Amino acid sequence: MSQPGVGILINFNLGINLSEDFASRGVPASKPPPWNDPFIRSMFFQVIAVLLLGYCFYSIFDNTLTNMEKRGITTGFSFLSEEAGFGILMSLIEYDETYSYGRTFFVGLLNTAVVAACGIILATSIGFIIGIARLSNNWLIAKLATIYIEIFRNIPLLLQIIFWQIAVLQTLPGPRQSLRIGDAFFLNNRGVFLPDPKFGKEFIFVISAFLISLISAYIFKIWAKRTQEKTGRQYPVVYVSLGLIIGLPTIIFFLVGMPLTWEYAKLERFSFSGGANIIPEFISLLWALTMYTAAFIAEIVRSGILAVDHGQTEAARSLGLRNSLTLRLVVIPQALRVIIPPLTSQYLNLTKNSSLATAIGYPDLVSVFMGTTLNQTGQAVEIVAMTMAVYLTFSLVISMFMNWYNKRVSLVER
Amino acid sequence: MKYKSLGILTAIAAVATFSVASAGTLENVKKKDLLTCGVSTGLPGFSDPDKNKKWTGLDADYCKAVAAAVLGDANKVKFVPLTAKERFTALQSGEIDILSRNTTWTQTRDTSLGLNFAGVTYYDGQGFMVSKKLGVKSAKELSGAAVCIQAGTTTELNLADYFRFNNMKYKSVVYDTSDQTIKGFEAGRCDMLTSDQSQLYALMTKLKDPASAMVLPEIISKEPLGPVVRQGDDVWFNINKWTLNALINAEEMGITSQNINEKKSSKDPSVMRFVGKSKNLGKKISLDNSWAVNIIAQVGNYGEIFERNVGKNTPLKIARGLNALWNKGGIMYAPPMR
Repeated sequence: MSQPGVGILINFNLGINLSEDFASRGVPASKPPPWNDPFIRSMFFQVIAVLLLGYCFYSIFDNTLTNMEKRGITTGFSFLSEEAGFGILMSLIEYDETYSYGRTFFVGLLNTAVVAACGIILATSIGFIIGIARLSNNWLIAKLATIYIEIFRNIPLLLQIIFWQIAVLQTLPGPRQSLRIGDAFFLNNRGVFLPDPKFGKEFIFVISAFLISLISAYIFKIWAKRTQEKTGRQYPVVYVSLGLIIGLPTIIFFLVGMPLTWEYAKLERFSFSGGANIIPEFISLLWALTMYTAAFIAEIVRSGILAVDHGQTEAARSLGLRNSLTLRLVVIPQALRVIIPPLTSQYLNLTKNSSLATAIGYPDLVSVFMGTTLNQTGQAVEIVAMTMAVYLTFSLVISMFMNWYNKRVSLVER
Repeated sequence: MKYKSLGILTAIAAVATFSVASAGTLENVKKKDLLTCGVSTGLPGFSDPDKNKKWTGLDADYCKAVAAAVLGDANKVKFVPLTAKERFTALQSGEIDILSRNTTWTQTRDTSLGLNFAGVTYYDGQGFMVSKKLGVKSAKELSGAAVCIQAGTTTELNLADYFRFNNMKYKSVVYDTSDQTIKGFEAGRCDMLTSDQSQLYALMTKLKDPASAMVLPEIISKEPLGPVVRQGDDVWFNINKWTLNALINAEEMGITSQNINEKKSSKDPSVMRFVGKSKNLGKKISLDNSWAVNIIAQVGNYGEIFERNVGKNTPLKIARGLNALWNKGGIMYAPPMR
């Protein structure tokens, strides 16, 4: 009750103080000449520095253009609308040879994004498990975690990627001898073949139901938390939410007449066609990135947990909290403050490391755009600049998100 | 501190305003007494290091011929191995003096990269290699196949054109080096490998069991391979063009590394011009008059180079075919030296 009042008082006082300060100093009798005014002087030099820097960049840019023109090298971005004319192994958006070079940019970009996103999720999950396992009281589990970490973080990533690629390709059989589960799932040296879902028009209702249940689960969670704070009564939030999120869409799905069919992969002369295909390059790249980064994340998690004072655990236990609750409510929230900043750099590393894909033929941005497209058009400066801009943007977005999250979990001092 | 960084900025700005003058490659090569030549990362018959780590092959020999013409010594060559993706940038940036790396002459490359092709050292065409156990007899049966292919090549585009035109589907597995493509093929990642036919024969020799694969009869493109130099340096361009012409003309005139010394005293006017006895042809391309003699004495004529590297008595066993002289059923033809 008194808190806001105090705040206002302080502000009020500050205001008074400041104005008094100004008043007591007053306007100086004679202003210094502008060249002696520290403010104007510092502004002057900073403006000069910015101008020089700008000129520097301009002249580098201009020189590059002039020199390339002098040597008869084509410049500009008009190539982006020309027909590409080459095939790409994997594309998340519609693509064939008749699409433009600009389209190859997005195909590569999405392939990079998907491997980075999957890698971040997997590496985080595995890293947390291994990190906690290394602190386990069970001797065997702790030692196994240590061995994992020491092996995977000490072998260069490129070697690991190539190793997994060879391991995947050499151990799997050809398409005709595929390992299979029924007529739906196939595994061979062309990758994994899964049934491809084909959604009917009515599927939109199922999606809407899913969104609605997601929102209501969230509202229920907030309501349950408030009620608990007021009355101390606990509600089974997890079960209710799960029931909502799974149950409602399922009911709707059956009500609108199951608008979903599966397209199965069929064996043809050379390989399977139809169905959804996860290529072996994706699997080995994702696996290598995950194993490598998870080893580092495990160490970060361990350092975060060890950074929480043991007194916190003891205090939680003396309150009668179970071990799992102690970990979830007391230790991890405090550990996260230590974990998140270095975790961010691991995410950035993983994203940038995904460019090693080119070594095994996974069609990521570097392989497709900076590889084939660059070669077919010869416009190195433009293409390298665009590729760098993509990695910069990816990195900045990840850091922005992680900084936001870091602020959210940071200790709120009351 | 602030002033210091300002000073650095000004310095950078000053440096940046200098324009890069297009230097005379000939003077540079002479000054270094060394020719820098871009070759492949290892393609038997064309550019491949032998047991003693010496570069051999048709493309490597072309660079040796230029070194013999310019520096008088075929061994004054530094070979720089490049992937298909790196090659043009290496030449544009001046890292190498000549790119002699089984490179196809196309309009886009000739006109938009700031480069010039000095001629054709090998007339090739794109073909397909498949495993014999697939039982495929023609490229027309390949719909749905996965293809191993090297990034940044004309083959990537020809393949797409061919399959699209014939309404066939394919999946391209793209690797950086031709060595990776053959490893992918051997591991069964793809059903076929496509490249220039000469390369297919070369890569086949790298298989554990070369007899397990076969090259299909179809040739789906024209692939004239030749050396490349930077555009805008006409002196250097001329030297490269005429080194190649000298190699071909020597074969036509019957001048070989064996008989070059006797030919020096020949009374045949065309041979006299060739060996530098009349007309000062060497001086006209800013070289010594003994340039052509040096080439033939140290490297041999085109026919000798061909037979030594890719011909009947090599593991590649390629017939002359299109690469025979124009008067022997091929299309190798050089303008007269007069």
